[in-house]
Amino acid sequence: MVRLLAIGAGLLFTLVVMISFVADAYNAATTDTPETAEYVFHEEARSPDGGWSFNGPLGKWDIAQLQRGYKVYKEVCSACHGMKFVAFRNLADLGYTENQIRAEAATWQVPGIDPATGEATMRAAEPTDYIPSPYPNDVAAAAANNNAIPPDLSLITKARHHGTDYVYSLLSGYQPIPNELKAEFPEFKTPAGLYYNPYFQYLNIAMAPPLTSSGQVTYDDDTESTIPQMAEDVTAFLTWSAEPTLVKRKQTGWPVLIFLLFATILAWMAKQQIWSAVKPAKRKD
Amino acid sequence: MSFPWAKQYSPGNDFTKWVDEKLPLPRLVYNAVGAGYPVPRNLSYMWNFGVLAGFCLVLQIVTGVILAMHYAPNALVAFSSTEHIMRDVNWGWMLRYAHANGASFFFLVLYLHIFRGLYYSSYKAPREMIWLLGVVIFLLVMATAFMGYVLPWGQMSFWGAKVITGLFGAIPLVGEPIQIWLLGGYAPDNAALNRFFSLHFLLPFVTAGVIILHIWSLHIPGSSNPTGVEVKSESDTVPFHPYYTAKDGFGLGVFLIAYMAMVFFLPNYLGHADNYIEANPLATPANIVPEWYFWPFYAILRAFTFDFILPAKLWGVIGMFSSILLWFILPWLDRSPVRSGHYRPLFRKFFWFGLIPCILVLGYCGGAHLSTFTILASQIATAYYFLHFLVILPLLSSFEKPEPLPYSITEAVLGSDKKAVLGENTSPAV
Repeated sequence: MVRLLAIGAGLLFTLVVMISFVADAYNAATTDTPETAEYVFHEEARSPDGGWSFNGPLGKWDIAQLQRGYKVYKEVCSACHGMKFVAFRNLADLGYTENQIRAEAATWQVPGIDPATGEATMRAAEPTDYIPSPYPNDVAAAAANNNAIPPDLSLITKARHHGTDYVYSLLSGYQPIPNELKAEFPEFKTPAGLYYNPYFQYLNIAMAPPLTSSGQVTYDDDTESTIPQMAEDVTAFLTWSAEPTLVKRKQTGWPVLIFLLFATILAWMAKQQIWSAVKPAKRKD
Repeated sequence: MSFPWAKQYSPGNDFTKWVDEKLPLPRLVYNAVGAGYPVPRNLSYMWNFGVLAGFCLVLQIVTGVILAMHYAPNALVAFSSTEHIMRDVNWGWMLRYAHANGASFFFLVLYLHIFRGLYYSSYKAPREMIWLLGVVIFLLVMATAFMGYVLPWGQMSFWGAKVITGLFGAIPLVGEPIQIWLLGGYAPDNAALNRFFSLHFLLPFVTAGVIILHIWSLHIPGSSNPTGVEVKSESDTVPFHPYYTAKDGFGLGVFLIAYMAMVFFLPNYLGHADNYIEANPLATPANIVPEWYFWPFYAILRAFTFDFILPAKLWGVIGMFSSILLWFILPWLDRSPVRSGHYRPLFRKFFWFGLIPCILVLGYCGGAHLSTFTILASQIATAYYFLHFLVILPLLSSFEKPEPLPYSITEAVLGSDKKAVLGENTSPAV
């Protein structure tokens, strides 16, 4: 009885799903889905030449690069993007001393309360403050940016697929619409207030090109601040901000794995030793 | 109950004698996972995964309880409290990655455990109750994992919660009130987050209780084995300790190496980038997908696209739930007297060339972007899934001629069994 009911139910499910199959296959065969410019001209994110210092199981931060990246963030990105999960005290990871961090924090203004009147005011930041957003709220952010809210950058490289390569490619990938695209999709346009970037999913992105010319940021070391270099440095900084424990994590992993390998070999030998007593070859009966 | 030749616990000194009289807990452990439990001597490494699943549960409870000390289940701060764990709590990043990847490895181990049960028909008499309790455990773990994924309150958390609770909305007439009642509102918000947190904390302990029943019912007939032939004499078994404790110890080492490699070197590989974006009810992600361990069931849900008498969405929900609930009647669907797939030539073909590819296709389609190809492929695989369990398995035993079974486990291991030669026990194998 159970089996008869089951066979009935099984055939019913098969029938229903095969009707769906026939309907969908018929639709797919009779409707012609045209290829889109977004599909054909979207490009996969790429790494810079030489890759990233922090990639791979032995990866390490390039401290000088993180410092340069912070400078690019401060002088360029922070005009529109905040970083609410990164405090100035965290900059110790970038090799700054306590006094340097105190001085650096003081160059930023954060919302505060006037101690005399209780009125809202702005004050110099302290090491315990978090990197502020340039906008008081999302409405102000949208109003100032053609209705596109600039996302907080704390986690940006983890919040995008292949995030580190994606951010680097996006920052260095602005270009005029290619002639092949114009020829293939004559109706494709970049509306006013948007910019063509093949690394962006929809090809037209609301963010104006942030890095526009070599020397836009004056580096403190003798690295030349070309556009790809600035894109690479700020992306490294954003990778650190998304996961400050990335290098510590990999460095912790090695002793853990080596210990486990050793323990597992011992466990294997113990198992062999114990089972040797009942292995077929050694049995007498 | 146990085999007559099982070793008996004997307290070694006055203290253990005293404990044994007042509360025979050491005796219970001795009989459950010690030298007092005789186990077939021919178990392969496929029999490691029950112990590993139990280990995963303990690991999830330990890491989870510590994470709960730092996490705040409030929609306003849940996302930033998760980041607080990642950045400010000592070793918080390690705990959270261990917990998140621990869920994945828990499912990996559970799937291998279920796969073992399906291939060797561990669900057949006299072990039906073990199987039924196992399905209950699986459902509890699925519910726990789903609610845990909502807690970080990222985009996938929010939209996953919305999609899954929306399934109840497909029930005719009462669906929408049920959905609102489950969520405590019209969309996932603080009420939903709080109850998910509460249940996510409770259900693992319920699971632990059902696992005790699962092991209790296992100890009545004893463990199954790769030949599917029941234990006949003492030479068929070895004591659980030290033989299988040693073997499980090695298995645990291999498991931990794979798991820790993931935690320390690829902790976000199995996750979704969108869950590092804070939940936003106004922005729908381009592709809402669950975690990988739900992909096959998600593919079944999406395979039903045609309103055949009932709405397609309701068919999808019924199909998805049925795909797991049908396991509850599995012991009564498969009537072949032979347990092990080793000795069932037709069953083996359907298993390796039908069921396994079918589940892999469903898994791929459930995780991929929706396209004509993935829809059509998942429809064929869904049809086969139901045909396999509900039509092929019940009919198979009528057509299949099983291969000859060994007389006993001892014969299977050693090539001969003295007792068989002596004719001591001539009852048919099985």
